[in-house]
Amino acid sequence: MIVTRHESLRIQDEDEIVKIRQQARRWAADLGFSLVDQTKMVTAASEIARNTVVYGGGGTVDIEMVQAGDRQGLRLSFVDAGPGISDVELALRDGYTTGSGLGLGLGGARRLVNDFEIDSRPGQGTRVVITRWK
Amino acid sequence: MERIPILRMGEFLLVTIQVDMHDRLAMRLQDDLTEKIAETGARGVMIDISSLEIVDSFIGRVLANIASMSRVLDAQTVVVGMQPAVAITLVELGLELPGVLTALNVDKGMEVLRGTLAKAVEEQGGDRHPT
Repeated sequence: MIVTRHESLRIQDEDEIVKIRQQARRWAADLGFSLVDQTKMVTAASEIARNTVVYGGGGTVDIEMVQAGDRQGLRLSFVDAGPGISDVELALRDGYTTGSGLGLGLGGARRLVNDFEIDSRPGQGTRVVITRWK
Repeated sequence: MERIPILRMGEFLLVTIQVDMHDRLAMRLQDDLTEKIAETGARGVMIDISSLEIVDSFIGRVLANIASMSRVLDAQTVVVGMQPAVAITLVELGLELPGVLTALNVDKGMEVLRGTLAKAVEEQGGDRHPT
């Protein structure tokens, strides 16, 4: 897989969640995603970015245009150095939350993208990578 | 302080969301609307989201909260103008909007609100004159 375009943004507060939504929208449109695909990717980005702020205490996102063979996609990698998730399977379950949310963030975002990876260890933070292919 | 304006039209309140809302702004709208319903005795609230490009679980929860709070204050909420791409995404996200009435556009939303209000008046009338 080749990265054809890359940008890093920090996510420290809710205004930056909005910025990430806008940037994800722009890049998805540049890639020629349909409106529905753009909306799914931006919504997934919003969910994960909010988790990074609320649970991870802030972090960064790498936005990348990727190419694998003749497929092009948009990949977002969210990294925080927060408390981490002790039971990832449980966190992915709909309705499970340790905060005041609906518990749809992780599981919902996973349904909106093609590839979803999560790597989290208690005390070491969380990394979530989402990719949607055109 | 940034705020989303709330218009009063007779017995109804009308809100048009035209910005990409950050979470605080959405929470402020929830508080402002609740206060405004209590202050004006409005019987219906219409929220136009036709400019919203996404509804994520946070914004969805705010819309559902507004609907429940307004119901407690004897007002009905209707959300109008959801973009088709947003609707498709919401379903896949797994977000249901419990207690939130929806309508395709402002005209249809107004019909819904008038309909609920007429029904409520009828029911009250029935109580006063039992047959």
